[in-house]
Amino acid sequence: MDCGTEVRRTEFLPTDQLSTLIATLRADGFRTIGPTIDQGAIIYDEIESADELPRGWTDRQEAGKYRLEKRDDDAYFGYVVGPHSWKRFLFPPSAVVATADRGDAGWDLRTPDHEPPRYAFLGVRACEIAAMKVQDRVFLEGPYVDPIYKKRRDAAFIVAVNCTQAASTCFCTSMQTGPRCKGGFDLALTEIDGGFIIESGSAAGDDVLQRLPTAPADETAFARAESARQQAVDQITKTMDAEGLRDLLLQNLDHPRWDEVATRCLSCTNCTMVCPTCFCSSVSEVSDLTGDHVERHRQWDSCFNIDFSYMNGGVVRNGIRSRYRQWLTHKLASWHDQFDTSGCVGCGRCITWCPVEIDLTEEVAAIRRSPGDPSRPAADTESKP
Amino acid sequence: MTNMAAACSTIDPWLAHRATVDRMTAETPGVATYDLVFADTEIAGRYSFLPGQFNMLYLPGVGEIAISISGDPAESSRLPHTIRVAGNVTRELARLGEGGSLGLRGPFGSSWPLDDCRKKDIILVAGGIGLAPLRPAIYGLLHDRDQFGQLTLLYGSRTPAGLLYTQEYDHWRSQGLDVQTTVDRVTDGWNGNVGVVTTLLERLVLPQPENTALFTCGPEVMMWYTIQSARECGIPERNLFVSLERNMNCAVGLCGHCQFGPEFICKDGPVFRYDRVASILKVHDL
Repeated sequence: MDCGTEVRRTEFLPTDQLSTLIATLRADGFRTIGPTIDQGAIIYDEIESADELPRGWTDRQEAGKYRLEKRDDDAYFGYVVGPHSWKRFLFPPSAVVATADRGDAGWDLRTPDHEPPRYAFLGVRACEIAAMKVQDRVFLEGPYVDPIYKKRRDAAFIVAVNCTQAASTCFCTSMQTGPRCKGGFDLALTEIDGGFIIESGSAAGDDVLQRLPTAPADETAFARAESARQQAVDQITKTMDAEGLRDLLLQNLDHPRWDEVATRCLSCTNCTMVCPTCFCSSVSEVSDLTGDHVERHRQWDSCFNIDFSYMNGGVVRNGIRSRYRQWLTHKLASWHDQFDTSGCVGCGRCITWCPVEIDLTEEVAAIRRSPGDPSRPAADTESKP
Repeated sequence: MTNMAAACSTIDPWLAHRATVDRMTAETPGVATYDLVFADTEIAGRYSFLPGQFNMLYLPGVGEIAISISGDPAESSRLPHTIRVAGNVTRELARLGEGGSLGLRGPFGSSWPLDDCRKKDIILVAGGIGLAPLRPAIYGLLHDRDQFGQLTLLYGSRTPAGLLYTQEYDHWRSQGLDVQTTVDRVTDGWNGNVGVVTTLLERLVLPQPENTALFTCGPEVMMWYTIQSARECGIPERNLFVSLERNMNCAVGLCGHCQFGPEFICKDGPVFRYDRVASILKVHDL
């Protein structure tokens, strides 16, 4: 995947040729993953044709609420993001990181060397491309590279979709991650009447595009695409003031709002599971009955789990107050120190999927309304032990 | 502080190497030192570590733990790890015995800044098993004894029986390290110091506090009071170093467990200059 930011070529793809795009990618050896309906939600799973896309459906989202509804048209991409993110394919919820087999001379220790599937992701939104770039910093750009993420990421082909509508939980414009896809894709679609404006953003994208039955895009089509994309911008109502947010939060580690949110938060981990950038994991030992063959399984974990900070017979973050504070200050503040970016892309998933309707933008706003004394270093009044 | 991480970036960080328990030495009640050697001589030849760094020790089917290396960095063919039995992995390791096979990956993390402290007086303050991560620094300092000023080890333990490496103190003293010990609780036969380790520090005469460095490792509370005493003694904050501990899972900054504010203890630490972590050390439950 080439992360070029220049659009190299633009064409018009008729609606009935979307299947050709999918078939072309599959013929090229990609496993095509796209949005599809399962258990009342639009999730990401393998699709073999455009028929499996949630055509004619939309999602209605609010804090703690997600409902699918029929649209009054048959748009292919007339919804925003659901509970899944592409993270589940690049950083799988469960993966074998190492194996151990007992031999005569002791343990034979290996790491997996098989090639993972080459994924083509269809319907990647701008905030999701931003989330991949955040995880690239975590898994690829530090002193150690995560081999599982790297193989999958290097092989992935990305077909982006520009949002043409927004949910009440969306705030990508505040985080400057969308709604327009500005790079980080191989192909990008904007859905309009009768088809798609299709742009290529990489050499791999050019190669696929030139094999599709496209027509030249005319001025009318361009204008329609622009107006469709503008509709998404206009529908975004949620905001989060990101100005100086890192310092604000780190100067307010003892703000009373943490106590207040702790009375509502269930520490259920939903927000971390749906977040496209959360990367915490734990490794567990899985052995056969003889104990001679062991796999080390890495599974998603969450800073909301009480055992997550277990150490020497106790846990560091025992209360929900400290666990919620850890999540929010990591996501919005210390992520900057660690990875030189915010950990939040403004997708709104954590708001929608919170069973008690906690909205991080409201938590931030509450602290901003009554901040502690910024001249004081964090939590100066509290001393050890 | 040197970070070895960059050199390891092309290697799968999850790959452990086969090692064997070459020798087990009982130290104090519940604590033993395990000398580990690599099965593969090529890996053994490549391996080197810096004082204060740690390894991940892996018992397949049981789990993996972060343990600091407690040996001499100039002698890396044999890697001593001083370990207290505390959980599943350490219990199983104690049962494994000499000749037992396990996995080892490392070294990871930052180290005590010996090179940056040349010409300085150096005080090491340890509590309990916290002496283990400092012992490589002791060896390093004594190898280059003439490069440093006054060298002092202040070591506190709950009981006299809890003092580690007692058979080495006389040798260290003969090489120019002033070893002072103290215990919280007296048992029969102890006629040494009684009280917390900071009382030793407060009593110490510092000829040149501004040119003195202090390394400390032990319970967080002990390190906290040690740092406060050191500041009162006039040692500059930039010369104070602490070794911190959190749950480690991956050891390479990818799993999130060991975060402490903005720091990953595994890759940014475990050894930190105090002023870098001073503000977050004050926050409860961080």
